[in-house]
Amino acid sequence: MTTEVGSETEVRKEPEKAEEQPAAPEPAATNQTDEAKAAEQSANDHPAPATESAEAPAEAKEKQEEAQPADNATPQEGEDTPASPPASEKKGISRFLPPWLKKQKSQSQVGPKESQAAPKEEAGVASVKEEDGEKEEQAEAEQTSSPTAAQPQVEEEKINGEPKPEQKEEVKSEEKEEENHSTGSADTQPAKEEKAAEESQEKSAAEEENKEAEEGGEEKKDEEESPKPEGGHSFIKSPLKLTKKVKMVMCHVTMLDGSQFPCEVEKRAKGQYLFFKVYEALNLLEKDYFGLSYKDNADQTCWLDPTKEIKRQIRNATWQFAFNVKFYPPDPSQLTEDITRYLLCLQLRQDIVSGRLPCSFVTHSLLGSYALQAELGDHDSGEHRLDYISDFQFAPSQTKEMEEKVVELHKTHRGMTPAQADAQFLENAKKLSMYGVDLHHAKDSEGVDIMLGVCANGLLIYKDRLRINRFAWPKILKISYKRSNFYIKIRPGETEQFESSVGFKLPNHRAAKRVWKVCVENHTFFRLMTPEAPIKAKFLTLGSKFRYSGRTQAQTRQASTLIDRPAPYFERTSSKRISRSLDGAPMINVTEAQESAPTSGENGREPGLELSSDSKSGRLRVQGENIYVRHSNLMLEDLDKTQEDVLKHQASISELKRSFMEATPEPRPSQWEKRLTASPATSLRLQAQGSADDKQKSGEAAWQAAEVEIEETVVVEEIRVAPKGSVTITTPAVITPVAVESEVEKPKDEVMEEQKRPVSVSSDSEEEEEEEEAGEYHPQVTVSASVDQIKEEPEEEGEEEEEQQVNEESVAEPLPEPVVEVKAQPVPAVVEENSATEPQLAPVAEESPEDILVTPDEAPNGHAESPEDHQGPVALEEEEEEPRVNGDASHSETERLPQVICCSEPPVVKTEMVTISDTFAAQKTEIATKEVPIVHTETKTITYEAAQLDGSGDGEPGVLMTAQTITSESLCTTTTTHITKTLKGGLSETRIEKRIVITGDSDIDHDQALAQAIKEAKEQHPDMSVTRVVVHKETELAEEGED
Amino acid sequence: MAGVMTGFGNFTHAVVRAIPSSLAKEALRMNVLDVDLVKAQREHEVYVGVLKHKLGLQVIELPADESLPDCVFVEDVAVVCGDTALITRPGAESRRKETEAMRRALKELDLNIVEMSDENATLDGGDVLFTGREFFVGLSKRTNQKGAEILADVFKDYAVSTVPVTDGLHLKSFCSMGGPGLIVIGTSEPAQKALKIMQQMSDHRYNKLTVPDDIAANTIYMNLPSKGHVLLHCTPEEFPESAKVFEKLKDHMLIPVSNMEKVKVDGALTCCSVLINKKPKV
Repeated sequence: MTTEVGSETEVRKEPEKAEEQPAAPEPAATNQTDEAKAAEQSANDHPAPATESAEAPAEAKEKQEEAQPADNATPQEGEDTPASPPASEKKGISRFLPPWLKKQKSQSQVGPKESQAAPKEEAGVASVKEEDGEKEEQAEAEQTSSPTAAQPQVEEEKINGEPKPEQKEEVKSEEKEEENHSTGSADTQPAKEEKAAEESQEKSAAEEENKEAEEGGEEKKDEEESPKPEGGHSFIKSPLKLTKKVKMVMCHVTMLDGSQFPCEVEKRAKGQYLFFKVYEALNLLEKDYFGLSYKDNADQTCWLDPTKEIKRQIRNATWQFAFNVKFYPPDPSQLTEDITRYLLCLQLRQDIVSGRLPCSFVTHSLLGSYALQAELGDHDSGEHRLDYISDFQFAPSQTKEMEEKVVELHKTHRGMTPAQADAQFLENAKKLSMYGVDLHHAKDSEGVDIMLGVCANGLLIYKDRLRINRFAWPKILKISYKRSNFYIKIRPGETEQFESSVGFKLPNHRAAKRVWKVCVENHTFFRLMTPEAPIKAKFLTLGSKFRYSGRTQAQTRQASTLIDRPAPYFERTSSKRISRSLDGAPMINVTEAQESAPTSGENGREPGLELSSDSKSGRLRVQGENIYVRHSNLMLEDLDKTQEDVLKHQASISELKRSFMEATPEPRPSQWEKRLTASPATSLRLQAQGSADDKQKSGEAAWQAAEVEIEETVVVEEIRVAPKGSVTITTPAVITPVAVESEVEKPKDEVMEEQKRPVSVSSDSEEEEEEEEAGEYHPQVTVSASVDQIKEEPEEEGEEEEEQQVNEESVAEPLPEPVVEVKAQPVPAVVEENSATEPQLAPVAEESPEDILVTPDEAPNGHAESPEDHQGPVALEEEEEEPRVNGDASHSETERLPQVICCSEPPVVKTEMVTISDTFAAQKTEIATKEVPIVHTETKTITYEAAQLDGSGDGEPGVLMTAQTITSESLCTTTTTHITKTLKGGLSETRIEKRIVITGDSDIDHDQALAQAIKEAKEQHPDMSVTRVVVHKETELAEEGED
Repeated sequence: MAGVMTGFGNFTHAVVRAIPSSLAKEALRMNVLDVDLVKAQREHEVYVGVLKHKLGLQVIELPADESLPDCVFVEDVAVVCGDTALITRPGAESRRKETEAMRRALKELDLNIVEMSDENATLDGGDVLFTGREFFVGLSKRTNQKGAEILADVFKDYAVSTVPVTDGLHLKSFCSMGGPGLIVIGTSEPAQKALKIMQQMSDHRYNKLTVPDDIAANTIYMNLPSKGHVLLHCTPEEFPESAKVFEKLKDHMLIPVSNMEKVKVDGALTCCSVLINKKPKV
């Protein structure tokens, strides 16, 4: 039921967004206007978009490549086109996806919309993807040429078309696609320059790079200059202004002393470039303890990943960073240089003043006195009146009494050098219980508010101020997250036979990932001698491949011993609260900066990085054996075990499965017990959480989809696990054919869903997100071996944006491929892209293929559905959409495609498939703003997935023994699929998936229909659970709305 | 300059309280045992004498209050760490008024007094184990989570971890500090279990000294400038086996102190004094 609710809310929200879009109607004109709007919006909300727009050309190129056909634009494009096929091959889905699709969401959707608009007119006719691509290109061309509108944007676009090199220049030189940009990478849409650029880079690869390298520097400069009129610095926050191909961006880094360090970087520069600049400016050698943090859109502090593009990480946030201590050395006296200790002191002073590092009165006073000694030198009773101190801040709230105490103590430090004072400061600060502890809000399995504290020694659990548990790194076998849940697997104690898992509920997916990343990084830094090698993506592997890539503490210490330079001189900045200089020298003070900017203090702490990709499931090789053992034990002990224990066992079993199958990332929610006593209720709660997650996801979707909505489709999938351990029954319910466009959703097996929804969904972004949703990390050294198991996936960063784009266009085409591969990962995204823009006709044809494709793929997953059915009928139905709405069982066809959702509307230009894995509803609003409607019609699909029950290994490489599909129609279309496959162990697993599709107009009360459908399904199959709810909406925009 | 978390075991003052005659009949106890009041008072005099004369502490002796039969166990009503004293809210309602005299005494010592005013909070000092680096608070019949939270709020420098106490009256009914980083622990299952929890919860490594008798694990450790490591522990008469274990501590000045009578009303060695390190005013 919860899921239902979620869907409702989302749906409602979407319509609102739709309204926005309507504004942009006509093709060319609209495009321009849209762009302008987009630019404005971006300027306001998301600066990044503008820059992106600049990249747009690149995207266009990409599109062309993909589309192959009609690129007239630039010579480069021509070049690209030939290359395109390979490119697509490279990264699968992303390649396939139209560039615009990918980035549309977050940034301006201009590109896509334009394309859509064009299609609309031509609409019904042109079904071919290629055509779309052409159209888009044309549209873009029009945009660029025609209007003065977007100003810089237009120019940029034009420029871009020519100078691709420029865009790529910066980034390429440094970056290169190394990772997964392809998937995440942007599409052609103008708004999303970066992604497009990335893609283009990837595709065109070497050629472009070379060109860029050659041309790059000069062009960049030129471009930069042009935009600069505004004022160099101003640009920083408003990338949009840079619209032209200027590739340089001003970064502002708040240093620990509160000063601002401006640094110009290429827009596509990687984090390490900025790091380097900062370290260089500081003359800092022992740099591994530090990091750069930024605030994401949700105002959460994240660590900048040096190995990834800055822009992709910060997304739409401003180019504002803070230099912070990332790893607090447990023994600062082992640092080699005084400058390092000085910086650490500054960080700690921030921590203290911000309250992140709580101290007693005495300690505040003592530390304050050392800070004074370091900064002012010996107390001078003549010069230093009592009030000299009131300019300094020593504590969150500081009293006269404290100041007196500080002065009193200051007097006792006479003769102490600044370096000595710093050392004393650190010797005392390091003993504080919260020194270096990075706190994250969470809830335990029972919903109790707790705090997770990540530190050098492990993971600390706090309830209020009390430490209620502690998991030292050596005790932790695995760290993982899935959606908004964060899990650790604990090594069994001396007297315990089984590993246990502890789960925590984070506020959202991102928070869960942040904690996971911080844990991975801290574990690696403090516990390992060398970082784990980056994981190579294996076929079919899912999850984040994020790993800490820097030096470990052991390495940095060793490196420090090699430091052979005279102690560098460094200036100690005055930290007075009020910016007065002691000597009358006007110094800008730290304090203010700290207070204002530095929230940074906090920033540093919560580093959730978005950078990394996730690994959903990593497996330990060793575990395999362990697991078996557990099994047997489990059997023997079940009788005596409490439910909790049983759950644990199950968890371990499921893990085992996973490890073998790779597929399911996490065990059932219920498995995650809390360290606190778990009661039977736990499982329920977990499920509830799962649903909550779904809601969140839906929220994201809404947010992403913001643009237009006409029709809504609700897909409910239920997955059930058969009573037998090995048997899994899945009931997926799905879809509405409503929209003209057809979207193919892959049926999700439990596995698939858990792992990624991307498969089914079209967009890359989705995939990425999903992938990101889960991550595993095995802390043990031995584990490192297991690294391979960890799945890598495309970057997350682009996800949101990408999703949106994907959705729009995703509709008909490509689905087939994705489906198959979906499980594997990225591929699906590609598929989705295909359908996108094109007219209705295409969808039908496309659908059929897709379906077919799907089937094979699905089979493994448990989706064996009749592909054929989908095809034609679906399309037709879609066209008719509205009529069907309420009671109509939309289409028999639909049924067949259990997993795939096809919606085709004749008039519809864009179809967006949004799959939301997890996001807060709150975020929805944000996104909506950005999108500008170029397209008349949009289709949105929102998928809610419940936490998967078991890790019944969907992904497992079983052999499909039987698959049968039964379809019935009523109000809803119901598809039931039985899939039996043989697993390695010789066990056979049968999954029953039931997919229910409700189709209707906006007039229909989808929520009610959904609720009813779920209710009925539950009555029929009490054992089944709803695993997925997909809401697909298509909206037609009035053409008039153009401006 | 004393820094943070230095000088563990260094005390200058002690607050004690005389035994009221009501103790024999009315003092709370877990087991019904007859207490010889006279013997108990004599025991206590010896105890105070050791602190005062043998160790040279300045001892503040509070008068007994007949209406407060448990008032001799001053440890429960105040937790002193550094310059700060937390006046507790004892879990036993009948003992709440014991705080008044203690509060006055500590104020006179110029400590920062913090009250536990939350009516939902209870805390007995006997449940508070301070290791020099952190606090462990036993969650027992006398001490609840809220009380522990308040303690954590008062002593912000330190980690405060909670330890469930299922058997025994207090956390310190089966353990205590026997030196820096040394936990003296009883052999009973609950004691060992508690130790495990404490070890898991701590970022610091502790050595343990296991004694056969739980109550013998309650000792008083001091590190005095003039004496070095000092340990007050049970007598061989009470717990011969445990007393032998302490003899392994070669670096310690071992002082057996009899506690036969007070133990009958669940009074351990640490219960009878509040130790304070009062730095001389500069």
